[in-house]
Amino acid sequence: MEIYLYIALFAPLAGSLFSALFGASPKTSVTGIVASGLLFISFVSSAILLDYVMMGHTVHVEMMTWIAAGDLYIPFGFVVDQVSVVMMMVVSIVSTIVHIYSIGYMDHDKGFNRFFSYLSAFVFSMMILVMSDNFLGLFIGWEGVGLCSWLLIGFWYHKESATWAANEAFIMNRIADLSMLVGIFMIYWNIGSLQYDVVFAEISNLPMPIITWIGIFLFVGAMGKSAQFPLHTWLADAMEGPTPVSALIHAATMVTAGVYLVVRANPIYGLIPEVGTAIASLGAFVAMFAATMALVNRDMKRIVAYSTLSQLGYMFVAAGLGAYWVALFHLMAHAFFKALLFLGAGNVMHAMHDELDPFKMGGLKKSMKFTWILMTLASVALAGIYPLAGFFSKDLILEVAFVEQHYVLYTVLLLTAGLTAFYSFRLVALIFHGNERHLKYGIHPHEAYTFMLYAMAPLAVLAVIAGMVFKTPYYQMVTHMLPAIEYHIHNHTTFWIMTIGTQLFVITAIAYAYKKYAKAVKVDTKVESGFFYQLLYNQYYIPKIYDELFTKPYRELSKVAWKQIDLKIVDATVDGIANVIYRMGEKTHTMQNGNLSSMLRWMVIGLVVLLVLAIAFTVGYNAVTMRAM
Amino acid sequence: MEITLAHYLVLSGVLFAIGLIGVMRRKNLLMLFFATEILLNATNIGFAAIAHFHNDLTGQMFAFFIIAIAASEVAVGLGLLIVWYKRTGKIDLDIMTSMRG
Amino acid sequence: MFEAIAFYLFAALTIGMFTITVMTSQALYALTAMAAGMIFISAFFFMLGADFLGVVQIIVYTGAVMALYAFGMMFFDTTRTLVEKRNNPRIIFILGVMAAALIVFILVSPIISTHLEARYPIEAAFGNSQAIGMILFTKFLVPFELSAVMLLVAMIAGIVLAGKKMDKSLTLMAEEEIALMSATQAPKDTEEGAH
Repeated sequence: MEIYLYIALFAPLAGSLFSALFGASPKTSVTGIVASGLLFISFVSSAILLDYVMMGHTVHVEMMTWIAAGDLYIPFGFVVDQVSVVMMMVVSIVSTIVHIYSIGYMDHDKGFNRFFSYLSAFVFSMMILVMSDNFLGLFIGWEGVGLCSWLLIGFWYHKESATWAANEAFIMNRIADLSMLVGIFMIYWNIGSLQYDVVFAEISNLPMPIITWIGIFLFVGAMGKSAQFPLHTWLADAMEGPTPVSALIHAATMVTAGVYLVVRANPIYGLIPEVGTAIASLGAFVAMFAATMALVNRDMKRIVAYSTLSQLGYMFVAAGLGAYWVALFHLMAHAFFKALLFLGAGNVMHAMHDELDPFKMGGLKKSMKFTWILMTLASVALAGIYPLAGFFSKDLILEVAFVEQHYVLYTVLLLTAGLTAFYSFRLVALIFHGNERHLKYGIHPHEAYTFMLYAMAPLAVLAVIAGMVFKTPYYQMVTHMLPAIEYHIHNHTTFWIMTIGTQLFVITAIAYAYKKYAKAVKVDTKVESGFFYQLLYNQYYIPKIYDELFTKPYRELSKVAWKQIDLKIVDATVDGIANVIYRMGEKTHTMQNGNLSSMLRWMVIGLVVLLVLAIAFTVGYNAVTMRAM
Repeated sequence: MEITLAHYLVLSGVLFAIGLIGVMRRKNLLMLFFATEILLNATNIGFAAIAHFHNDLTGQMFAFFIIAIAASEVAVGLGLLIVWYKRTGKIDLDIMTSMRG
Repeated sequence: MFEAIAFYLFAALTIGMFTITVMTSQALYALTAMAAGMIFISAFFFMLGADFLGVVQIIVYTGAVMALYAFGMMFFDTTRTLVEKRNNPRIIFILGVMAAALIVFILVSPIISTHLEARYPIEAAFGNSQAIGMILFTKFLVPFELSAVMLLVAMIAGIVLAGKKMDKSLTLMAEEEIALMSATQAPKDTEEGAH
């Protein structure tokens, strides 16, 4: 089985290196095909491992020693267990599909080969992240995906907004990563190992405050990667990258790494329920907060990004309340339908010549029938209508909140479910229904390449069946590792009222969205100039606040540092040294007048100086040795 | 009044100083060579004196080799000087400025 | 007592001769004064028991070297009064005296001389020349051979450098020929010099 582990891990790296070979040359389709093929191999290996793990085994290998210094011993170890195999499957399925899709999507891009190199490198980093058997390996993967995310957000580096967004994402993640690193250091300091099994076996022996702090620091790290408030602004801006990147990194895999971390560290969080509650509360807040921003946004990709943010909030609610398997399950289901949604959005973008404002589209269902079907399907799954994936995973989180008697959280999440349904179908209605507003911009939409649609088809299938079919085997498998808590509302009446009520609420929201946007779009200026609309439209003014609070003072500080410290001290010192030497050269170059006589004179001066030094040193040396004697 | 090693060394130093002064003072290349001969002879006296007072032949050996070096120096130096004189017609140190930095 | 008188006498003579060599403006004086100085130095060698060295000194210096210099003087036509530009003579004297003082200090002060030890002691059984021969051909054989090679090289170098165009004799050529030769050769020589 080890061989499959290595194949699953290193096939993406091979694809990345292969594509990198052609990085600087113009488009060669072979890079895309090879990279996709290698990822498919990785997927097959993951599937074989899944089968093996389903039978109750785990694979644990130690490839080589990585760091061995004194007491510190960290191997390159990898583990395939019930949790990581789920992540491996999600990552390999979504990334294979996104790779194939990208062959069509990036068809006309100059950086075709470079794109595949980055994308496969990302998958490799993600694999390291999920497969590592220790916290440091996880951190390396964590940084690796951060780096690839930076590369891919800034893929069109000639666009200033793209480089800005890339840097924003990178810097925000650094803040969080620092905290995560502190958490890892604390673990090592107190336990003396970073191996998961050792840490989780020892953690309960530590004093409570230390566990709490470890939990908090690790979670802050997760907050950065999963874009939780207040580190969320980068995710919406990260939509500057190519759409397949958004689908793979900023919806399906990387942003869920934070959830994975919390799930993976469940023995730690299980000991500190207060922190768990805080995580859940923050998750619920983010779910609501992001959903409201998605309501009014006029950028197709940003709407989907906020939706991702909102769903990540759901996952953290589940993880915070101790329902780790539910969080992981929602992570998996969400990866499928959100990637589908993004890829559909990519099709639309292509058809509309990179237009992102859904108010300038409309009526696309005629020309883009399949994309319409796929995106509607994904939106239905996201809204959580029976029997699609979202129903099983998302409503489960609502049940968890209810069963755990966090009624406030439950209410917030229920409201958010309505909002989710509304904004998803607002988007679908605006894009695919109504009159064809895009015609006056002279755009004639066309459907994407057929193989791209075929590539998306498996995601659509998974978005439909993931909940229904996978739930039971998944539950049986993961509960080997994660706390097996079944969340059942024991009172049947309550259960049915809740389920049907939620469904009705969601359907009402969908119907309202269709009614409002499917026909002609009326611009209600009164509402739009209202306070709430403006508040939501400007993303609660948080980017502006960050700008005022951090960016501008920092810029001022940098200016002071530049003008006062750098120019007046550092530069002045360097210039001063250079000047002194230059002037010395000016003065002394008369020495080099070529006159042998004066050279002889200088030689004698040198001799005298050397003699003086010789005497001084000998006398000094003798003095020292005499004293020593 | 005993003549000691110090006497000889002082004499050697004085002669060396005269040689140095000559080296620095002379502009005529031939005269410069004379000054270098003085320098070499000054050291020879020192070597011979040390050999005598420390009862060691090594000093004399060194003096011996120095004389050999002085002889070859004169041969080569004069040869170069002749070439130089043929080209420029002068052996004045001040006009040799081709090494100006 | 006798030794002291001899020492001071010869010291005064040597210093005087060399001072003339260094200070005079007449090249001929300088040459003769130096030849005299060399001979006086050989007197020190005899006084120090280095008979062989004294003999070599007289033969090599006053015999060979002085003859070479005399030839050079004739060649360069420096028999008339030397015109030399002087600048800052005081600095020259200060430097020279300082260097001498320092060297004497180093040699005379006990910091070094106390550590000296004889490696090849002079044995009274042999005469000086014999002893030198013994050591020269045993302990110093390689340097001796090397210096022989060096002298050979110097000899060849001297011949090659000084003896260029020896096939042409200025004394046997007519005035026109000389003028022609120097006119054609001057640029050629500078060209060679550039290489």
